[in-house]
Amino acid sequence: MHLSPDEIIFWQFGVIKLNATIVYTWGIMLVLALGSKLITRKLSMDMKRSRWQNLLEIVVTAIEKQIEEVGLGEPRKYLGFLGTLFLFVATANLGTVLPGYEPPTGSLSTTVALALCVLVAVPLFGILEQGIGGYLKTYVEPTVIMLPFNIISEVSRTLALAVRLFGNMMSGVMIIGILLTITPFIFPIVMTVLGLLTGMVQAYIFSILAAVYIAAATCTPKPEPTNS
Amino acid sequence: MLIDWFTVGAQTLNFLVLAWLLKRFLYQPILLAIDERERRIATELGDADAKKAEAQQERDEFQRKNEAFDRQRAALLSKATNEAQAERGRLLDEARQAADALSAQRQDALVNDTDDLKLAIRGRTQQEVFAIARKALKDLAATDLEGQMVGMFARRLRELDGQAKECLTDALKTAPEPALVRSAFELPDEHRSALRRTLNETFSADLPLRFEVAPDLISGIELSANGQKLAWSIADYLVSLEKGVDELLKGRAKPEAQAEPKPATKG
Repeated sequence: MHLSPDEIIFWQFGVIKLNATIVYTWGIMLVLALGSKLITRKLSMDMKRSRWQNLLEIVVTAIEKQIEEVGLGEPRKYLGFLGTLFLFVATANLGTVLPGYEPPTGSLSTTVALALCVLVAVPLFGILEQGIGGYLKTYVEPTVIMLPFNIISEVSRTLALAVRLFGNMMSGVMIIGILLTITPFIFPIVMTVLGLLTGMVQAYIFSILAAVYIAAATCTPKPEPTNS
Repeated sequence: MLIDWFTVGAQTLNFLVLAWLLKRFLYQPILLAIDERERRIATELGDADAKKAEAQQERDEFQRKNEAFDRQRAALLSKATNEAQAERGRLLDEARQAADALSAQRQDALVNDTDDLKLAIRGRTQQEVFAIARKALKDLAATDLEGQMVGMFARRLRELDGQAKECLTDALKTAPEPALVRSAFELPDEHRSALRRTLNETFSADLPLRFEVAPDLISGIELSANGQKLAWSIADYLVSLEKGVDELLKGRAKPEAQAEPKPATKG
């Protein structure tokens, strides 16, 4: 019994090692990239199109719409980052139905990596949108006193992102593993189905929270009403 | 330790690579396809709108032409109707004039026929009257018509009243030329001498006489001298006979004129 797929090491050379997290991540990358390549190889521009193209169009437009609903005015600018976050996490979580599969999102290293990406991306998009001065100004609003709290909030929510996803996925895998040993037939299947739902919800939560953070960083604050 | 920092770095790199790959192979092509389809749909809708507008324009044009054609047709029809009515009126006038001319011609012909008939009747009556009178006088009084006429004329001379007789006497006496006796026939010598004797007795003078035959007197004798005239003839009776014949002919002509067909006025 192991807590993280990081512990399954296939090859190691010094600090460089090839563990299950990295290998399964490559697998997911291969599936996503190759599937996209194969489907988008011959896209139809007409009204008649293939089922796979329809599926991808639904997925992409749904993500785009969701980003827009969060409050980001130009969703296509953030589609590459937020869409990849959702698709990666969702694919990694849905893979749990495969026997012998260890979801990379069950590794705290992966979730920390993703949270760090969000941590970097939020100020990056904020600076691109408002300029460096405008973005840094948001840390001292409404008063300078809020500066340390804002910084702590930034770090803590990144940590929360990482730990939430890791905890949910790790616990799901652990519960299924424990149930397999206790009641091998019915409950593991039910818990697997529940795990699929939990996985999708976590993917949604992770990407939506990232979108909200970016939206908070990029949106120009509305001018306060003046007292006449 | 749950966090392996090498794995963290590797996963970060993996995520960035995956983001690039998906952007390259998923988002861009799919969004391009969607945009292209939307553009095509917009173009097709635009084309459809343009075609609809064009169709509407053509429909309006067709309607306008149709109305113009209807108006033109109505105008032509009205013009043709007016021309036909004018032509009909003209033809009717011509027919009426022709009928009037024909009627007038017939009337003239009738009048001519009447005149001819009157002349013929007049001549025939004259002959018949003479023949009857001659025959009747001859049969009844054993004397001829001429003798009776001369006798009649002599009786008139003798029966002349005062003023007329004076006028005639003056005229006979003052006439530079002999008095003229005109008769419808050649008077025999006995009648001439009887007439001369009667004149001499009546006017108490020896009057020179000149005899002349004038068939238009119609069985009569006329004495004229210096503008004065005394005459007796059957023409008076013939005139009354002629009046009777005229009335008879007028009575015949009226029903014929009423029975003439009227010119047709049907169009």
